[in-house]
Amino acid sequence: MHLPDQLNNIQNIELTHFFELIFNVYGYDFRNYNKAHVKRRILNRINNLGLKSISELQHKVLHEEGFFDLILRDLSINVTEMYREPGFYKSLRNEIIPILRTYPYIKVWHAGCATGEEVYSFAILLQEEGLYDRSQIYATDFNPIVLETAKKAIYPVSKIKEYTLNYQKSGGKNSFSDYYVARYESVIFNQSLKKNIVFAEHNLVTDGVFAEVNLIICRNVLIYFNKELQNKVTGLFTESLIKGGYLGLGSKENLMFTDVFDQYQVVDAKEKIYKKTIFSSK
Amino acid sequence: MNYEAIVIGSSAGGLSALKSIIYNLPGNFSTPIIITQHVSSLSESYMAVFLNQLSQLVIKEADAGEKIKPGHVYIAPPNFHLLIEEDFTLNLTVDEKVNYSRPSIDILFETAALAFKRKLIGIILTGANNDGSNGIKQIKHFGGHTIAQLPASAEVPIMPQSAIDTGCVDKILSLEEITGYIISICH
Repeated sequence: MHLPDQLNNIQNIELTHFFELIFNVYGYDFRNYNKAHVKRRILNRINNLGLKSISELQHKVLHEEGFFDLILRDLSINVTEMYREPGFYKSLRNEIIPILRTYPYIKVWHAGCATGEEVYSFAILLQEEGLYDRSQIYATDFNPIVLETAKKAIYPVSKIKEYTLNYQKSGGKNSFSDYYVARYESVIFNQSLKKNIVFAEHNLVTDGVFAEVNLIICRNVLIYFNKELQNKVTGLFTESLIKGGYLGLGSKENLMFTDVFDQYQVVDAKEKIYKKTIFSSK
Repeated sequence: MNYEAIVIGSSAGGLSALKSIIYNLPGNFSTPIIITQHVSSLSESYMAVFLNQLSQLVIKEADAGEKIKPGHVYIAPPNFHLLIEEDFTLNLTVDEKVNYSRPSIDILFETAALAFKRKLIGIILTGANNDGSNGIKQIKHFGGHTIAQLPASAEVPIMPQSAIDTGCVDKILSLEEITGYIISICH
């Protein structure tokens, strides 16, 4: 029996090895995620399955068909809500929409969209501002399973009260119930919201630029990454934005400590909305 | 023992309990304190600002990736879990609620135990659920020092009682005693 400190050291070594192996075998790269969170997730999984070590888990990941999907789900960031932090959407509506309106065609990339709640939030906003028909939204996530949920636009009815409140706080112009139909325990959002959304698999850690866009929304994803990976991903965003394009992050995320900060100006310091400067080098 | 950090978990009634502890700590109290207080996900981040006015210590809401510094008190922001990395930086996540709570005390305490091991003090104050009890076990498991507020002296006794029921609490103290005690063992 190891002492707690020894066991912790062994687990850290096993975890590093585990992520190397997942990267080499499955191509998903968790090596530069912040450790405390992913370690907690993996140790919870071990406890739930009654396993003794990360090495035992590793054996299952390598040799049991379909088992990796479970680990991928454990390591995905799937918690989201409609109009999460409503002030962010209010700021988009008041500060960014008037600028986007000046473009003939608007491309938006929602990176790390999980189950899609925030994608539909923004789609509704674009409809209300009369810009939806000349917009294209790319909604991406690395996890194909959550993307399937996102495509359906069906959410539990139990959440609607909270979402309605968020919608109102975000400056919504209509009755929120105009946008969905309730059926049994679920609500399904209007098909018209989906028309200009493309849902696609894209991994921020391992994949590259796929379009040049006016606005990138990526909220509460960078907080899971270490400094090195934050630099890499914000670099990818910078390459993907047109000059004068906008980047919206989560309230606790900050471009200030990344390598690309000098290429941006702050539009809304509280809601973490940035503008790529016209004079940017890239 | 040279303690390197104190983690505090509090819930219902926690704000006035925290106020009492923070207010009575001297300006030269250098051991960093990291706090998870349950708050509504809809609340604004007023708590750090409020407590900072009362204290000579630097009290702030935790930022992601922030290095833990002496003489600082960090508070989990509403609707984020606060975690401590083993390199002694703070981090935030938006994961599922734990014990119906985000921020969760268990998440803070369990990750703090891995980072600071026996050089950690964990304190459970007033509250109406059992968040923090697993965290207390983990702190004890790694040789840290554990304290619960005397349930009879707590505004809501359930949370400290739940921690005590784990059998992993070293000291049971009233609010006034807690402040004096941590000053005596940290200086």
